Amino acid sequence: MPLEIAQRVDAKGLSCPMPIVKTAQAVKGLVSGQLLEVLATDAGSTKDFAAWSKTTGNELVESSVEGGVYRFVLRRK
Amino acid sequence: MTAAAEPAMPTLDMPIPSLAPAVPDHEHEAKPHDILIICYSGELEKTWATMILATTGAAMGAKVRVFLTFWGLQTFVKDQKRITGDNVMQKMMSAMQRPGVSHRKLSKMNFLGMGPWMMGKLAKQYKVASPKELLELAMEMGVEFMPCQMTMDMFGLKREDMLDGMGEPVGAATVIALMTEGSAPLFI
Repeated sequence: MPLEIAQRVDAKGLSCPMPIVKTAQAVKGLVSGQLLEVLATDAGSTKDFAAWSKTTGNELVESSVEGGVYRFVLRRK
Repeated sequence: MTAAAEPAMPTLDMPIPSLAPAVPDHEHEAKPHDILIICYSGELEKTWATMILATTGAAMGAKVRVFLTFWGLQTFVKDQKRITGDNVMQKMMSAMQRPGVSHRKLSKMNFLGMGPWMMGKLAKQYKVASPKELLELAMEMGVEFMPCQMTMDMFGLKREDMLDGMGEPVGAATVIALMTEGSAPLFI
């Protein structure tokens, strides 16, 4: 079953800490279990999103990179 | 006594009970430590660091408080205020270093404002949020800003001089109490 994305955040081009800040704000608008997709180009994103997920308890469902664009799918806890 | 009855020799791969986490991992995840930033300095670069850490802390689910004292408090005076204070010396102080988040100077390479202007240009080019933008976000995200009462008195600052959304002015005892209760402290 393909993952159903409830909301998307385009953080491409933004520098630290804005991708994480925008993600935290967007997650607040979701209900538990819904998925958020984030696109970013900040090279620190991979580590930062893993850390954010671990600290906040929102699951990092997918983490990938393609052509310099990092893609993260997060599930609201 | 037979060898089998003796207690087993501890080996390196045996768990050490005293080092086991007192609470399950997921409880740590659910409630990170509170963060307490003591915003003491008023320079642009340090203001930026304070704002980045405050917004990120809030984004990570931590309760973030920022205690504003000495030069750090000047950053939280409304941008449009030019001269603050009641007496001549207080007014001179504000004239020598204009208060407000948009008027911060660099501690090095200020060059009459050339440095901060270049920093601003670079920040725009690399889409780095400005201290002012980050400050507004921090307030939106529930970061608590606590002005230092003593600094307000010394510089003759009034509540109406300060940005809207500031918390109640407090003193050092409030800061120390938060630290003893386990807030992670940062002095910037």
